[in-house]
Amino acid sequence: MAMQILYFAWVRQKVGHGAETLEPPAEVTDVAGLMRWLAARSPGHAAAFAQPGQVRAAVNQEFCPPDHPVRPNDEVAFFPPVTGG
Amino acid sequence: MATIRVQEAPFDAGAEQAALAAGRADVGGIAAFTGLCRADDGIAALVLEHYPGMTERALAGIAAEAEARWPLTGCTIIHRVGRITPGEPIVLVLAASAHRTAALEACAFLIDWLKTGAPFWKREEFSDGRERWVEAKASDDAAAGRWRKG
Repeated sequence: MAMQILYFAWVRQKVGHGAETLEPPAEVTDVAGLMRWLAARSPGHAAAFAQPGQVRAAVNQEFCPPDHPVRPNDEVAFFPPVTGG
Repeated sequence: MATIRVQEAPFDAGAEQAALAAGRADVGGIAAFTGLCRADDGIAALVLEHYPGMTERALAGIAAEAEARWPLTGCTIIHRVGRITPGEPIVLVLAASAHRTAALEACAFLIDWLKTGAPFWKREEFSDGRERWVEAKASDDAAAGRWRKG
């Protein structure tokens, strides 16, 4: 079951694209685990997640902490701290 | 009741303000905040990116929180995205109420929460071609924190 993964701002630039549909293995159960799994996918992903503490996440369009669960069919986004206004 | 818009085009603050009072006589005051693009460090432009879908949800949630905390007759949040040059407006926040205290407090709350609670990101472009992502400020977290309920 696939997960929709989105990237914004410098996370998107480092990964090299803004969206991908992936099927993480069953042992990926939360946001932090998904970040570790993604970091191993390419040098760009590794650069984006090199300092996990600087990356924020949203699951199904709600801000979430690293221990928030991720499930099949979730939309999970990674991005820097927001700077609007 | 809240008006929420994310758009590339400039906005007309006066027209938006008039819309909050149109056809009603219970509005005693409208507080307004307009955020402009500053020419910090000689930047040529700001480029604003957002998370379509989540942005509108987050802004609607922030507006709903303001309406729950203060007796508002209406509120408006308009945030621009795309390329914005120094002097141009970026964001408009309006809060309308029967009395000024609610309008002024809600307006400050809306912009403080928007800065830390809505998925926008600013990239600075310089005339020599350099670019730099704006970093989140601790002072913005502190400003939002003063509205957090113990």
